[in-house]
Amino acid sequence: MSDNILEMRHITKTFPGVRALSDVNFEVRRGEIHCLVGENGAGKSTLMKVLSGVYPHNDFEGEIIFNGKKVMFGSIRDSEEAGISVIYQELALVPEMTVYENVMLGHEIKRGITVDVQKMIRKTEELLKRVRLSVNPSTKVKDLGIGKQQLVEIAKALSHNVSLLVLDEPTAALNEDDCDNLLDILRLLKTQGVTSIMISHKLKEVLKIAETITVLRDGQTICTLDRQKDKVDEQLLIKHMVGRSIENIYPPRSSKPSDEVVLEVKNWSAYDTKLGRKVLDNVNFHVCKGEVVGLSGLVGSGRTELARSLFGNPDGYVISGDLFFKGKKQRFSHPRHAIRSGLAYATEDRKRNGLILIKSIQENISLANLQGVSKNGIIDEELDKQSALNFVNSLSIKTPGINQLVMNLSGGNQQKVSVAKWLFVSPDLLIFDEPTRGIDVGAKYEIYTIINDLVAKGMSILMISSELPEILGMSDRIYVVANGTITGELDAKSATQEAVMRLATQY
Amino acid sequence: MNELLTVLKKNIREYGMYIALATIMAVFTILSHGVFISSRNIANLLNQTGYIAVLAVGMTLVIVIRHIDLSVGFLSGFLGAVAAISLTQWHWPVWLSILFVLVLGICAGLLTALPIASLGIPAFVASLAGWLIYRGALMLATAATGTIIIPNESFNALGNGYIPDLFASETFLPGLHKTTLLLGAIAIVIFIVGQFADRKRKQQFNFEVLSGGLFAAKLVFISLVLGFITWILAGYNGMSWTIVIMMAVVLIYDFITRRTVIGRHIYAVGGNPEAAELSGISVKNITFAVFGSMGFLSALSGILFTARLKSATPQAGTLFEMDAIAAAYIGGVSAAGGIGSISGSLVGALVYMSLMNGMNLLGTDISLQYIIRGLVLLIAVIFDVMTRKRRA
Repeated sequence: MSDNILEMRHITKTFPGVRALSDVNFEVRRGEIHCLVGENGAGKSTLMKVLSGVYPHNDFEGEIIFNGKKVMFGSIRDSEEAGISVIYQELALVPEMTVYENVMLGHEIKRGITVDVQKMIRKTEELLKRVRLSVNPSTKVKDLGIGKQQLVEIAKALSHNVSLLVLDEPTAALNEDDCDNLLDILRLLKTQGVTSIMISHKLKEVLKIAETITVLRDGQTICTLDRQKDKVDEQLLIKHMVGRSIENIYPPRSSKPSDEVVLEVKNWSAYDTKLGRKVLDNVNFHVCKGEVVGLSGLVGSGRTELARSLFGNPDGYVISGDLFFKGKKQRFSHPRHAIRSGLAYATEDRKRNGLILIKSIQENISLANLQGVSKNGIIDEELDKQSALNFVNSLSIKTPGINQLVMNLSGGNQQKVSVAKWLFVSPDLLIFDEPTRGIDVGAKYEIYTIINDLVAKGMSILMISSELPEILGMSDRIYVVANGTITGELDAKSATQEAVMRLATQY
Repeated sequence: MNELLTVLKKNIREYGMYIALATIMAVFTILSHGVFISSRNIANLLNQTGYIAVLAVGMTLVIVIRHIDLSVGFLSGFLGAVAAISLTQWHWPVWLSILFVLVLGICAGLLTALPIASLGIPAFVASLAGWLIYRGALMLATAATGTIIIPNESFNALGNGYIPDLFASETFLPGLHKTTLLLGAIAIVIFIVGQFADRKRKQQFNFEVLSGGLFAAKLVFISLVLGFITWILAGYNGMSWTIVIMMAVVLIYDFITRRTVIGRHIYAVGGNPEAAELSGISVKNITFAVFGSMGFLSALSGILFTARLKSATPQAGTLFEMDAIAAAYIGGVSAAGGIGSISGSLVGALVYMSLMNGMNLLGTDISLQYIIRGLVLLIAVIFDVMTRKRRA
């Protein structure tokens, strides 16, 4: 009989309109290192949020057995008390506080009504030893590298007497040495009796460390592979990760791209001074007139950073390299310069930075091109209304009226407003970041049809997408991004999901 | 009747404010046995409201773009003193003094915006620094002379004077200010014509419009209100220069916010700065523009207040910023940004000053006055949050 520290049974979790997890079973043996892999949106992070109590027990179906007992966590606090710790990609440390303050945060050792600094430092030193980190506990966390910060976070988890450690993409931001070190620490913790679950996109390191691998796809458990019994390699994992057939949800396109190059990017590198690292490294690619170019890559690979660095660089990266747009060498210093030249960018998160939710459809549609509806700085209300109405009709945006606030629209209709806004500036190239994120199948089809219409009229589209079938179904050509650089170019006709995934996991 | 109810429900926030103002005025009128609504007192009330309303208009835009400006009170006090000094000690002509002070105000506003827009310093801190600096500057400016008395009649008219009656007559409507009546009539005509044009345009595009009956009722009601106010003002000295300036500021800013590109940009920046930036709007430039306008209006407010007192005092402008902020919030501006109207802030200022004026008439103890003003502010903001939640 196997000794399972964790069993999650028949977990189903739905969000409004989407089933994120359906009947997922997941078992972890005591003392093993278990990797959880899958595409973006496969449900890995959701599953771990179910486990840790981010989604409380009455928020999903199914049951969780931890250490042989059925548990019902109402919050993260409950799961932490039981001995489960989740470390997210975005670290939860307070940069301005010291290492020991962070490690002991929330369960400070007290002496009377004051905190016992000496005892806390001593306790922290012990914990740091367990993760082989030799830093002074009184150092501020912000002065440590990202790799060391991660170890501090693990030490913090250990201070809660953790028996099951969950790491969500722990290596995404790490360099190779830090990565190897982290894997060593996980092995060390194993000898100390800590079980680990690691979510990762990097299949090479998964194969390096995992004893068991569970593959999720579209919110379902596809298989659990035991390294001792099954022969596992990257090929097999990729096959399981993407192994769905592309349904026929992509409308056929009759137009052909021309040879005329609209956008060409050469040796494009970007350095993020806030993060203190390169986010783009020597990127080269081009887009032709009337072409849909797919930009694929996993979350954090640098796709969005690339788009933003081209589109007026609002993040203030230090950039080197050349950008040729419509045959002219350009370097846009603000989004408005890019827009004026004919380059548009529809953001991946329409709610956060795409639309102004508290304003009307009409105001959102003309926002990026108010010159188009005004004279001498005074808005022609009629013209503004008319153009909004035209878009509402031509894109069939479902709304009672153009003065409806955007926040009252469904996701699909919001996305159409975003499209309308950028069509109204009539760009030559539209960078379309996650065009169909969070919208239903019907609306997706409509967005695809709009994309086809646009390229038929000679517009070019650079489509960033996490969905492999969408990339393959819609693109003429595909570039794959990994680790801030382009790892390959594929022709959409001959490309396969496996080929794209192989390039995307190349680190 | 049903339509009236749905319209009221839909715009409860907007109408709620007018209803509150009308209620407050009615209550004070009754309690003061009609003194509150007398021509003389209403004129006085509007003149008092002038310098706060002007500040509230600017503050509305500052809050709309998610900032705050604490420096405006002492800035207006200081600039008022500068105006007084330029008139009395440098012997500048009135027009030059005013122009100089207005330009100085714009510069001060841009200076406040500099650390906010360029370095991301919180507006609270940056403008608190301004609050201290201008307070010191005001004390310095009045240190040698103490209160500076301004003997210049035409300057003082801005705060105390009334527009001349071009059609003064002993026989036709004696005791009423004819020019004021004429201006009121013109305003009513412009309002009615504008409403008809707007309705026609909306019908052209098949937009929803009020039913004929309700539309007519609205026209009659608002015309009556305008007519009533005009009548009251005409019964005393007519329209004051302060009212004229205040109305001009309100109308111009109302137009800018509702009908111009920069107005849309301001509200977009307030609604979602990141989305605005990615739509090609320079958040930085908008921040400068809004604080520049705030500085300009602070200067105007300082001029009005100084002219009203006919002197610059070392305490001028104390707590004006808080009054302006309170007026803006009573008027429905949202601290979350992107929401708030100029007309709303005008009504907010009127509500706020009516309370003060009314309670003074009744001889309410000053300590109680502050408590009541605080409660009204609280109720207005709670009402705002509740009605907004229900709509979302």
